[in-house]
Amino acid sequence: MSATTTRPPLLSRRRTGSLGWHLGALAILAVILYPVVWVIGASFKPSKDIINSLRLFPSHPILSNFKGLADGIADISIWTFFQNSLFYAVGAVVGVLVSCSLTAYAFARIRFAGRNLLFSLMIGTLLLPYHVLLIPQYVMFQKLGWINTYVPLLIGKYLATEAFFVFLMVQFMRNLPRELDEAARLDGCGHFRIYWSIVLPLCRPALITSAIFTFINAWNDFMGPLIYLNEPGKYTVSLGLMMFRDSDGVAANYGGMIAMSLVALLPVLLFFLAFQRYLIDGMATSGLKG
Amino acid sequence: MGPAVTLVKDSPPAARGTRSAASATGRRPGRRRENLAGYLFMSPWIAGFLLLTAGPMAASLYFAFTDYNLFNTPKWVGFDNFTQMFDDPRWQRSVEVTAKYVVIGTPLKLLLALGVAMLLAQSRRGQAFYRAAFYAPSLIGASVSVGFVWRSLFSDGAIVDRTQTFFGWHVGGWVGNADWVLYCLVALTVWQFGAPMVIFLAGLKQVPRELYEAAEMDGAGPLRRFWNITLPMISPVLFFNVLLETIHSFQIFGSAYVVSNATCGPADATLVYTCYLYQQGFQNARMGFAAAMAWMLLLAVALVTAVLFWSQKKWVHYEEDAR
Repeated sequence: MSATTTRPPLLSRRRTGSLGWHLGALAILAVILYPVVWVIGASFKPSKDIINSLRLFPSHPILSNFKGLADGIADISIWTFFQNSLFYAVGAVVGVLVSCSLTAYAFARIRFAGRNLLFSLMIGTLLLPYHVLLIPQYVMFQKLGWINTYVPLLIGKYLATEAFFVFLMVQFMRNLPRELDEAARLDGCGHFRIYWSIVLPLCRPALITSAIFTFINAWNDFMGPLIYLNEPGKYTVSLGLMMFRDSDGVAANYGGMIAMSLVALLPVLLFFLAFQRYLIDGMATSGLKG
Repeated sequence: MGPAVTLVKDSPPAARGTRSAASATGRRPGRRRENLAGYLFMSPWIAGFLLLTAGPMAASLYFAFTDYNLFNTPKWVGFDNFTQMFDDPRWQRSVEVTAKYVVIGTPLKLLLALGVAMLLAQSRRGQAFYRAAFYAPSLIGASVSVGFVWRSLFSDGAIVDRTQTFFGWHVGGWVGNADWVLYCLVALTVWQFGAPMVIFLAGLKQVPRELYEAAEMDGAGPLRRFWNITLPMISPVLFFNVLLETIHSFQIFGSAYVVSNATCGPADATLVYTCYLYQQGFQNARMGFAAAMAWMLLLAVALVTAVLFWSQKKWVHYEEDAR
């Protein structure tokens, strides 16, 4: 790190391109990617070698860890977990796109009484620790008989409680030229027409960013399913993975656990490879406006 | 859709010209309609805010002063939950563990994020690739999969143990060692430095290059340029990152739960605050106690947020109009 401060001009126009720069970046890259490469290699190793063998890739790769997954775990097919996670993630994406974009449109394009107050409240919820809501929400959902269903996991997504995405979309919509609305209004378009036909299509980048983040967050979510789902047939991939571990932490089927870990990561990694620009640009702008 | 778009495309000047007329004639009579439309569009959020945020917060505050196990009627006990909490050695432990995690992990993560962002900002070539690669851990870091990988990498005889032993410092696997296991979690959060790095990098790109050139001509060295130009110019972004990362790391749950194999051990060494809250609320059904714990967490986070906002007057520089 000190090397970065002693190098001549920051943000230099001259292409530094020097060997040192690339060596530094590559060294960090190696450490960063090691766990990911490790899990790929380890899933092709026999269980007993996974921890103790330092070779990243085995000399005799085996497929039995993956083949074993086909048998499922505790009589539940691995596919069930994936279906459940997919249902949760897609349901969350639809909810966030609809509810957050409607809310964002109101904040960005409609002048209504109390807008600024509500906007501050919305930003406030961004900083609110979720755990304050955990107990009362659980109590409420339990009284409503919604435990062991996906309703508690999804309802917030349909009620725009994901303030980060509302914020992201508001920032995006505010930058669209106002003339578009005015012109449409002269043509007799109401707010819904403007929202649907003009603002939404122009907001595609923000919508894509929100959709992918929502998908990944739901896919990775652990605490929500842990609290609300208690029947293995309804488990998401995260909870299904936890079934591989033994109470002593050394899974009987260590190879299966690692193979399943890799398979569970694949959708997120693929999404990342396909959409990394949207994700990173979305992250970057959120910080600049904050 | 058609007419609106073509109108704008064909005649932007006309659209611009009628703008003031439209707002003058269109808004006055439509005030109430605008209010109605606003609240109609906002209705999902308003319902969510009342039913899933404000209502539960009030309920949580009430539960905090009751004895409640989900099946009895909540019994008012005054400040009992709080006094029990302060006397509870495991609660004290959870505060200590969380504080250590936040105080060590967050600065390390942000320092690394800033350092790497500055490294990347120096060269355009390859920047996009490295930026993407360094960002990837932030997306998968919260998953159970990575928790398992971490547990494996920090076990007895695995890579971390062997590397450390190679340098003559034999500790064994960190996950089984009460003195070291928390650093395993710290390593996991530092590994996810990519998200704040991306934000730093975007901030660094907005620093006008002329400032550096002028400073260089005045003979300012790299440290001075960093201290007098870079740091003030990116201070809003730094503030944003410090705020979000700190609040976020107070709430660590999943990785502690998975890496410790659902025990929060060994010897409560990874009993982070939310893990204890989870144990009390959902394993011991002490909803009142857990609600009281949650409110203490809220107070702590609010206090930290307030201090940060108060301090930003002293060190955060906002441009009047950056663009």
